[in-house]
Amino acid sequence: MPAFNQSRQNVIKLIFLVAFIILAIRLLFLQLSSTQYDLLALDNAVSKKIVYPDRGIIFDRKGRSILENTQTYDLMVNPTQLKGLDTMGICNILKIDMETFRERIIGAIIKNGRYRPSIFESSLSVEAFVQLQENIFRFEPGFFLQERPIRSYPFKAAAHILGYVGEVDSSILKKTNYYYQMGDYMGLSGLERFYEPILMGQRGVRYQIKDNKNRIVGSYEKGLYDSIAIAGRNLRTSIDIDVQVLAERMLKNKLGAIVAIDPRSGGIIAMASGPTYDPNLLTGNQRKNNFSWMLRDTARPLFNRAIKGQYPPGSTVKPTGALIALDEGVITPSFGLGCSGAYHGCRRPIGCTHKTPGHAGNLRVALANSCNSYFSHLYRLAVDNPRLGGTVNGYLKWKQYMNSFGLGVRLGVDLPSEDKGLIVDTSFYNRLYNRSWSSCTNVFLGIGQGEMQATPLQMANMMCIIANKGFYYTPHFVQSIDGQLESDTILNRYKQKHQVTNISNETFEVVQLGMQDVVEQGTGGVARIEGIAVAAKTGTAENYGMIYGKREKLKDHSWFVCFAPRENPTIAVAVIVENAGFGATWAGPMAALVMEKYLRDTLSAARWKEVERIESTEIILPIVKSKRNRLDSLRKEKMRKLQLKATAKHPIDNSPGKKTTIVHHHLSAIKPDNEEQFI
Amino acid sequence: MKNNSFELSKGIDWVLVGIYLVLVVTGIASIFATTYRDENMISGFLSFKTDYSRQLLYFIISIVLAVFILLTDSKFFTATSNIFYVVGLILLILVFPFHTDVKGTKSIIRFSGFQLQPAELCKVFVNLALAKYLSSLDLNFKKLRSQLIAASLVLVPAVLTILQSETGLALVYFSFFLVMYREGLPSAILVIGFSVAVLVVMTLLIDQNLLAIILSLAALVFIYTAKRQIKRDRSILVLVITIWVVSVGIQRFAVPYFFNNVLKPYQVQRIYATVGKDFQVDTESMSEEDIKKMEDKKKAGNYNVKQSKIAIGSGGFWGKGLMKGTQTRYDFVPEQRTDFIFCTIGEGFGFAGSIVLLGLYLFMLFRIIKMAERQRSTFSRTYAYGVASVFFFHVFINIGMTIGIIPVIGITLPFMSYGGTSLITFSVLLFILIRLDADHQMVIR
Repeated sequence: MPAFNQSRQNVIKLIFLVAFIILAIRLLFLQLSSTQYDLLALDNAVSKKIVYPDRGIIFDRKGRSILENTQTYDLMVNPTQLKGLDTMGICNILKIDMETFRERIIGAIIKNGRYRPSIFESSLSVEAFVQLQENIFRFEPGFFLQERPIRSYPFKAAAHILGYVGEVDSSILKKTNYYYQMGDYMGLSGLERFYEPILMGQRGVRYQIKDNKNRIVGSYEKGLYDSIAIAGRNLRTSIDIDVQVLAERMLKNKLGAIVAIDPRSGGIIAMASGPTYDPNLLTGNQRKNNFSWMLRDTARPLFNRAIKGQYPPGSTVKPTGALIALDEGVITPSFGLGCSGAYHGCRRPIGCTHKTPGHAGNLRVALANSCNSYFSHLYRLAVDNPRLGGTVNGYLKWKQYMNSFGLGVRLGVDLPSEDKGLIVDTSFYNRLYNRSWSSCTNVFLGIGQGEMQATPLQMANMMCIIANKGFYYTPHFVQSIDGQLESDTILNRYKQKHQVTNISNETFEVVQLGMQDVVEQGTGGVARIEGIAVAAKTGTAENYGMIYGKREKLKDHSWFVCFAPRENPTIAVAVIVENAGFGATWAGPMAALVMEKYLRDTLSAARWKEVERIESTEIILPIVKSKRNRLDSLRKEKMRKLQLKATAKHPIDNSPGKKTTIVHHHLSAIKPDNEEQFI
Repeated sequence: MKNNSFELSKGIDWVLVGIYLVLVVTGIASIFATTYRDENMISGFLSFKTDYSRQLLYFIISIVLAVFILLTDSKFFTATSNIFYVVGLILLILVFPFHTDVKGTKSIIRFSGFQLQPAELCKVFVNLALAKYLSSLDLNFKKLRSQLIAASLVLVPAVLTILQSETGLALVYFSFFLVMYREGLPSAILVIGFSVAVLVVMTLLIDQNLLAIILSLAALVFIYTAKRQIKRDRSILVLVITIWVVSVGIQRFAVPYFFNNVLKPYQVQRIYATVGKDFQVDTESMSEEDIKKMEDKKKAGNYNVKQSKIAIGSGGFWGKGLMKGTQTRYDFVPEQRTDFIFCTIGEGFGFAGSIVLLGLYLFMLFRIIKMAERQRSTFSRTYAYGVASVFFFHVFINIGMTIGIIPVIGITLPFMSYGGTSLITFSVLLFILIRLDADHQMVIR
């Protein structure tokens, strides 16, 4: 029986075909046009777990670990799995209120997204950890504990040297081309920062597959893309932790710095900056809090004065002036000058503490007596050296000497953000004096005042040059890396010897003897050590500061530079105590104690008394101190309120955060560092 | 009639059987890929406790039934089709007092561990009954009366199915209008049906008032350009105005009424979700519990489609390989062994695999149409078209749903989705066709 509507089969076929083509086109767009679904699928199913290696340990010269690792635990949160959880329980254990709880969850979602776990509270206190560990089953899977190694400092010392680690921020992420990830820790200052690539080791990554309930169900692609964590390598330093602790003790309640270097290798034995802090404050969960308080402290405990404090060197620069004059050949050690209490070579007389005739009869006695006239004259002789042709060239040559001695340039110590001090260029004088200036214009440079600043590290290095009779190694902490490789070139530059003068050993002897005389007969008597020949130079540096926008002369800085034993030096020290007066009063005794402790490895009971005397003395400018005290009382008030809040569990509206910002405004009125130093 | 019922293989279309086997095996493999969990594979297949082994069991049952069907005389089907239809209707009605509530559907009867879904099974009976009616000797299908009888044959079970909250399965019955079209239903009905569908989609996509303005402008432009013809024949004007009134009426009143009063809120939301819009349900008259239920259903639907799209989209061109798809392996797509089984192909074998599968289905449909047209008997031809229409509807809606161009309607992918009733029904549907086709030289009444 023939069908009437046979042609209609084609219409039906067409309908089928068109419908299937629509499906095919949609599939084409879905599967081939973009990779967004790939990423979404990966995001769904693959979680990347970073395995953090232990950071390297730092040892002192006797093999004692001064920076190591301990375990802490972070409380992690899965924001999507909080439904029906006993959130009050968490709040009670952590002693926070629901408001804070909610804020943290929102913060976690903003930072890491809803589906990825984030840190809810980092580095749990022991108490909270114990409670949580017992009860964590009640809060899973919304919360879980994650191990995290943190840094610990067993000697509670060397904060400025060792530095601290912290969570990376977005600028670091960008700078490192996203090698780091949100939540990673890295060295942010000190050796932690400088040796970050060696200390950090290599992170491992484990890719894991999770199912629709976020449960881990196995490794992704059988671990094909996984990598193993490789522990960071250890550093061996030249630090003597005993000396370091002693130096820090003596700088207590003072602003200043102590640097001790072994001149034979350039290895730094101790580097203290006062005031300092317990580096353990910057690990653990109170890190942010402690950091912000220290940041506001007017005495600036986070500021490493040993490499960033820039001070006029005062008389401590005089041996350097002698070296330049000798190297240029404008004087011989027997050169003498008649001084009757002032230098009259220039229009304005420069005062000298000594009047007795013959106190500048030759280089050795002039050094011992620290004669201002003599060294002003030496400076002028060097700059006006006729062989160099003119003051400008003379000054340039002088500057070149200073730079080669490591003054006015960065030495290149293995710490980040070292400052270079100040030796100005001729263009500075050209601009200031309209090109008409002479050696008289800046004659103060000869006695370490004027347009000259140096860091304590630079002055200690200067002592190394004199102790070594003309050369130095760039000061540094790290002597070797455990498991050192050919590719570790980072230490190579510290093996390089810098020969900076061509003065004969005999002539050098004169300078050294002059400095030994300083201790034995001159201004540096406080640094005398029984049975050890010490060579030293005191300094009392005039300085100015900005107080409430006004430039005012402040009390002199107390300088002391030295090395010992004189015949075969093994330690060179530079000490500065800000606004403490004469060099011999405070800086001298400190330097002597450091040297004695290092050379003898022990101190007598009488000497320990001296340490205690120094430790208990407070030398801080009244202006800095009053601000500091005010901040302290605010901090105590805040702590009290926090405790109240924790016990009462009622949020206090009157948040003290606002008050502290006001104080911060006040603080900007004073600049405690000595940026303005020109006479 | 010769004694050929003992020659089982005579006249059987082996190509179609081959496609059938490929699809079922692919289906079992896909179910295996999504549900296999490191157990012993052999015992997993033999235990009949895992999903893939149960599907294998259903496959075996289907084959047994197929053999029985092939052994049956083809006249048996014409003779009993009306009885089957009545039995089907009775089963559908029996569901109301005896159903078990499973996942919100009221369409399943459960007895001694087995589940039966008459709504699914009824497709076979309706197809047979429709074929029987359309092949009646005294039928004049040009008469409106015959058309209405045919339509009600299809629509009665559809309505019963809707009452069992199985809108998806009910929609399948509309595919039989393709059969009626082939048998002489006026083309106008197809055109009107298609136009209404376009209009409904437009209503979803375009703002109501804007669409009304567009429709009015279109009518005016048409009247202006055709004013000469209108002068000659006024009835054109009447027709245009009628179409305009009906269109605007549909989009302004009928569709909103249908959405707000006939469909369930979650269904409307699924429809809107497909075009990427959010439907605001009037929740004033609803109880809190209902609102929560509705919200949950909405979320679940959106989540399904999203995960399904991710699964298929992440397949790329060649796919991730069988059992390597993370979306389907780790349960990200809900219902992935039943309604969303296509995700496994999309993710595991990518665009290439998906196109091959689509091609396979299309080839099967064309093959069935070719078979239909070679029948000497109207009954066989009509039945074949019914099979093609049902398969087409299922494949198109199901795959369209997984790739997000059609609202989530819970209907299965023929031969591949997990589920005994589904697999057995489709197998029976197909093998009756193969049996009829084996006798295609014969005029069966």
